Amino acid sequence: MTEYSFLICLLPLFAFVMIVFFLRWKERVSAGFSIGMILISWVMSVVVLFETFGREIAYEAGYTFIDLPNFILEIGILIDPLTAVMLVVVTTVGACVEIYSVGYMDGDPLFSRFFAYLSLFLFSMLGLVLANNFFMIFIFWELVGLTSYLLIGFWFEKKSAADACKKAFLTTRIGDLGFLVGLFIIGVFIGTFNYQDVFQRVTEGVAAGWLAPGVVTTAAILVFCGAVGKSAQFPLHVWLPDAMEGPTPVSALIHAATMVAAGVYLVARSMHLFAASADASMVVAVIGIITSVLAATIAITQRDIKRILAYSTVSQLGYMIMALGLYGYDTALGHHSPGFYAGTFHLMNHAFFKGLLFLAAGSVIHAVHTNDIFEMGGLLGKMKKTGYAFLIASLSIAGIFPLSGFWSKDEIVASTHGHPVFMILTLLVAFMTAFYMWRLCFVTFFGKPRDQQRFDHAHESPNVMTYPLIFLAILSICAGWVGLPWLSHGFASFAYHGEAYHPHANWVLMGISTVVAVSGIVLAYLMYYKGSISPEKMAARFKTLHKLSYNKWYFDEIYDIILLKPIMALGRFMWTFDVKVIDGLVNGVAWFTILWADIKEWFDTWIIDGAVNGAGWVVCQGARIGRLLQTGSVQFYALFIMAVSVLFTVLKIDLVTGGSIFSGAAIWIIIGVAALSLLSRLVPKSDREVESEE
Amino acid sequence: MVESNVGPVFYILAFLIIASAVMVVSLKNIFHCALALVMCLFSVAGIYILLNAEFLAAAQVLIYVGAVAVLMIFAIMLTTNLASRNIKQVTENALVSVFICALFCLGTIFLLWATPAKIWRYATESLPVDNTAIIGKYLMTEFVLPFEVVSLLLMAAMIGAIVLARKERS
Amino acid sequence: MLPYLALAAVLFSAGLFGVLTRRNTLGILMSLELMFNAANINFVTFNKFISPDNMIGQMFAIFVVVVAAAEAVVGMAIVLLIYRNWQGVNVDNMRIMKW
Repeated sequence: MTEYSFLICLLPLFAFVMIVFFLRWKERVSAGFSIGMILISWVMSVVVLFETFGREIAYEAGYTFIDLPNFILEIGILIDPLTAVMLVVVTTVGACVEIYSVGYMDGDPLFSRFFAYLSLFLFSMLGLVLANNFFMIFIFWELVGLTSYLLIGFWFEKKSAADACKKAFLTTRIGDLGFLVGLFIIGVFIGTFNYQDVFQRVTEGVAAGWLAPGVVTTAAILVFCGAVGKSAQFPLHVWLPDAMEGPTPVSALIHAATMVAAGVYLVARSMHLFAASADASMVVAVIGIITSVLAATIAITQRDIKRILAYSTVSQLGYMIMALGLYGYDTALGHHSPGFYAGTFHLMNHAFFKGLLFLAAGSVIHAVHTNDIFEMGGLLGKMKKTGYAFLIASLSIAGIFPLSGFWSKDEIVASTHGHPVFMILTLLVAFMTAFYMWRLCFVTFFGKPRDQQRFDHAHESPNVMTYPLIFLAILSICAGWVGLPWLSHGFASFAYHGEAYHPHANWVLMGISTVVAVSGIVLAYLMYYKGSISPEKMAARFKTLHKLSYNKWYFDEIYDIILLKPIMALGRFMWTFDVKVIDGLVNGVAWFTILWADIKEWFDTWIIDGAVNGAGWVVCQGARIGRLLQTGSVQFYALFIMAVSVLFTVLKIDLVTGGSIFSGAAIWIIIGVAALSLLSRLVPKSDREVESEE
Repeated sequence: MVESNVGPVFYILAFLIIASAVMVVSLKNIFHCALALVMCLFSVAGIYILLNAEFLAAAQVLIYVGAVAVLMIFAIMLTTNLASRNIKQVTENALVSVFICALFCLGTIFLLWATPAKIWRYATESLPVDNTAIIGKYLMTEFVLPFEVVSLLLMAAMIGAIVLARKERS
Repeated sequence: MLPYLALAAVLFSAGLFGVLTRRNTLGILMSLELMFNAANINFVTFNKFISPDNMIGQMFAIFVVVVAAAEAVVGMAIVLLIYRNWQGVNVDNMRIMKW
């Protein structure tokens, strides 16, 4: 099956093409076809995953796309454990989201198009995962960006959605630019794009000294720029919360589970680069933890359910990035670290429970038609399946034993071993995560309904929406068990970098993280369920902090001032310059052209046309004389014919005679007399008529 | 070489022909012109006899003098009420025409005398005496097709003349 | 032979002059007959002096006479028609050969 794994990404593309060209008019068929294709992909992915278990070395296949003398671009696939895991994650969440969308998007006028876009996205994402070189991953990287743009702006008639998709596209593009430059550096200094070749040469080159460490550091940081944009890391995280304007299934699939994880995947995939440069790895780790803390503090005070989840996503992605960065740092310095395993493991678990959270949130929104959690409340009783799924996911993300989030978060905390600042901040984020997630749960599902009308209107979603929730809930519980520290061949010894890592149960760490998580939940319980601590008083006491958090640290405003305003001012200046100088030049050229054209027109009118008209005038006058010959009298015509033929005969008479009597001069005299007598014929008509009236 | 000298009879006939032809084209009374034409045609018949073409001479007299000229006179009488009046009969082309025709005439005659004798390729034998019989034979053998065509032509001319001259019914 | 040809030339010129100058349509027709006769004289002359062995010259002259007769008949009919339509036979009245 591994040999055919390229089909995994081509099947959704096939669905996209079929829907766009043939099935667009039949909504149910479109959705069914799309779901069928992703289910086949899912089955294949699972089979590929199982086949990968037994394989020692990665499977790679491809063919040469562009063959340059000293550079080769190829198109190919690389199946290693990381790819296999990502394939399963993407197809699982993708299938769940597509099934869920049948219910969620029901009645939307662009129903078929939605599934076409989803299929296109899945093609791009799976292609990104399957790619075996940086060239291909960049193409698919841009393709997922495009589909993300299309899907955020799916309800493009809404201005906020249209703005959000623009913002997302442009912001990620900043990161992509860095990524592209990084690729150039790789291409120039390393000479290939193929992953395994690049990594091998980097390791060799640094060891042998022909590759400067600074080059590797630069390349790694620039590649990381792409991840910063795609995974919404500080300082490019601002687009992800706005991207929540898209349909909720899109948020679940693209902006929680898969596409934003592509950045993490990229860092994991390029781990050899980072492992070769401690500086770059530290940059990655610092960016990760800053993002994580920042997003967590913002999430605490938000009211919009999807935005809370979005900041939670940013925070968790920061977690993973940090873990990977610390792993790279430790490896570069020769230490062992669980960071790589922790990051990828958390990536998988996060995909499941965050996808579940979004889908459940979508179900809630579907029921109450609002995003504001303070207009909800007590929904658990009315929406049992959705509510319990949401609670399971919340427990999982908070890191409660024995749900999947517990195991991966534990490993992330473990990977900060030896970096006390990171460890403290990581635990702080874990605490805040537990707090804001359960704040969300308590406000939404418990207590008394705050908006009775919305509460009455609420209802459980249809089965097509709840079954994916249940499936994902099961995964949220169980997926982490593949990485239990007691397993001898668990996740850590499957997807690894360098040499296999064997985790061991660290009871102290487990205890600490459990305490942190539980205390976060308890605080949320006290503040938002029990009411023994007033949220308002807390907000008043930490007024500055609350304001900062509530306004998202003023990032949008800061960007507006330091980036947008100057750019707009520059743009206005450019516009003025354009209008005054460029247009002036252009208009001057046009004015000169017109002047020149006027001169030419004058010349044309008086000289050229004069010549032409003059020729016509000459012909007219000649014809005025000539027409007198046309008298209408047959006799005159006959005379003319005779005169001409006789004259010509006389002219040529000396051919026969040798010229005896008609000498040259005599002939010319004769011709002259004949011509004169013919012209004498041209007397005005009236004279002749007077004569003939006799 | 056939004797090509001409005797006084030729000159008399030539004078008659030329004189009557000039009268035909220059007399003011159209009726007099017709009479001069008859005279001219008779003289041409004489020239034919001088040229040993007796059958043609007879045909000339019969057809031209007998038929065509009479036809002319009939037409004159039918059409013009100016038959007997002396008015100007030539158009304003006259002067130029005189010049052109004189030039033509003199040029032709000059050419005739200027042409070397050997170019003419005179025949050695003379014309058969009984050439009328030969003409008859030719008409019935080699020239039978033109003969028939000409009879058709005459028929067409006759019908055409009748159709043209017929008065339309009003 | 040459006197005959010269006579024909003179006769032809006279006929030509008549055709070119006569105002009367009948006069033009008569001048045409003169030209026919000039041509006939040439035919017969050449027949006698150049090719007496075959009689083609005379044969041609005979056909010319016949055609001339036919022409005269049709010409007369046309003259009658002209007279009927224009109330006259002078060509001055018939300047219609122009656009």
